[in-house]
Amino acid sequence: MTTVSLTVNGKAVSANLDPRTLLVQFLRENLRLTGTHVGCDTSQCGACIVHIDGKAVKACTTLAVSLDGASVTTIEGLAANGTLHPMQEAFREHHGLQCGFCTPGMIMSAVDIVNRRGSVLDEKTIREDLDGNICRCTGYHNIVKAVAAGAQAMGASSAPARQAAE
Amino acid sequence: MYAFTYHRPATARQAAGLLAKKEDAKILAGGHTLLPTMKQRLASPSALIDLGACADLKGIVRKGRNVVIGAMTTHAEVAESAIVQEAIPGLAWLASHIGDPHVRHRGTIGGSVANNDPAADYPAALLALDATIVTNTRKLGAEEFFTGLYETALEEGEIITRISFPIVSKASYAKFRNPASRYALVGVFVAKRGSDVRVAVTGAGESGVFRWPEAEAALKARFAPKSLDGLKATAKGINGDMHADPEYRAHLIGVMAKEAVARATGK
Repeated sequence: MTTVSLTVNGKAVSANLDPRTLLVQFLRENLRLTGTHVGCDTSQCGACIVHIDGKAVKACTTLAVSLDGASVTTIEGLAANGTLHPMQEAFREHHGLQCGFCTPGMIMSAVDIVNRRGSVLDEKTIREDLDGNICRCTGYHNIVKAVAAGAQAMGASSAPARQAAE
Repeated sequence: MYAFTYHRPATARQAAGLLAKKEDAKILAGGHTLLPTMKQRLASPSALIDLGACADLKGIVRKGRNVVIGAMTTHAEVAESAIVQEAIPGLAWLASHIGDPHVRHRGTIGGSVANNDPAADYPAALLALDATIVTNTRKLGAEEFFTGLYETALEEGEIITRISFPIVSKASYAKFRNPASRYALVGVFVAKRGSDVRVAVTGAGESGVFRWPEAEAALKARFAPKSLDGLKATAKGINGDMHADPEYRAHLIGVMAKEAVARATGK
């Protein structure tokens, strides 16, 4: 067993874990944060995307014990005081989902894109940067529209984009 | 995944000490090959030595006529580095096209180089740029480092600490990627340093990354895409699998080489 202390969605968390525990298992099974999904479990699909120290990563391919001192943000950590994050709101508004399974990963990726590239995004950039997120319901048309609108809304809102990721 | 003990040293020296002491231990860098391999039970190390806390293995500096990149520097950090973008833009471009954004946030140059996947991107850059691989015990040229499929000259207990790239006058990379895995079906890195030209091919060789001497000779005469007109790579020794047969890959080598030269010369 290995002890790890980290911050998850702003709260300090400590645990004594079997080193094999993947971050996504730790989030879902230990912390009961089930918004982060396991899709492929082979680092292809992006359903498990969370932010580690502000950067989008695949929680299915990260050991929880390797995150001592790190700050993790999951989909549950985006909304503030009962108000959806602008990117979540944009996915709702533009119907950027069907079954919703890929949506938490899509939204965490989308916020990461804005953090890296700013709030004005063209379609090509969005499509390229959503490379690591797979939706199996339908085309990506509304997802791309939602990301563009969410990015714009993040740029317009008073809260800087970076804050949402931390 | 089979059980293992986890160790998190703070320096490369401590890591080397642990590696010498623990039987059947493996180094964990970004983990984006090793962890999936362990999940499939294709690897079952008894101990993992995580280099994630070794600050001395991170960072990018320019040292004279070289760019030196710490082994634990992520693909995203190489792609975004102002130093790399200015000195060897082709290398930054390569790093920005590995995997997807999430993979690039975790995957490291040292991990990729040590793994020597025959379809990985970095080996082509190291070979074409004649990079030096620095370990905790010695320095190795790229040519002697990559020895076969997933095989390198690294010995038991040896850890890559940094990689030094000479700054060349022109360099670029082009790859035809497998859309599912995002690995190179064929990737070609070209580099011109003074009168020397090197062309390195990844994704195609039966024994991993290799140089293409005919293309190098043609480009030495004139470093332009046109110089490669009519030049065909041989399908002998080229990989064939469900994604592409050897002839198709051989054809792609020519196409990617031309594209890389075009990019390197701004044409």
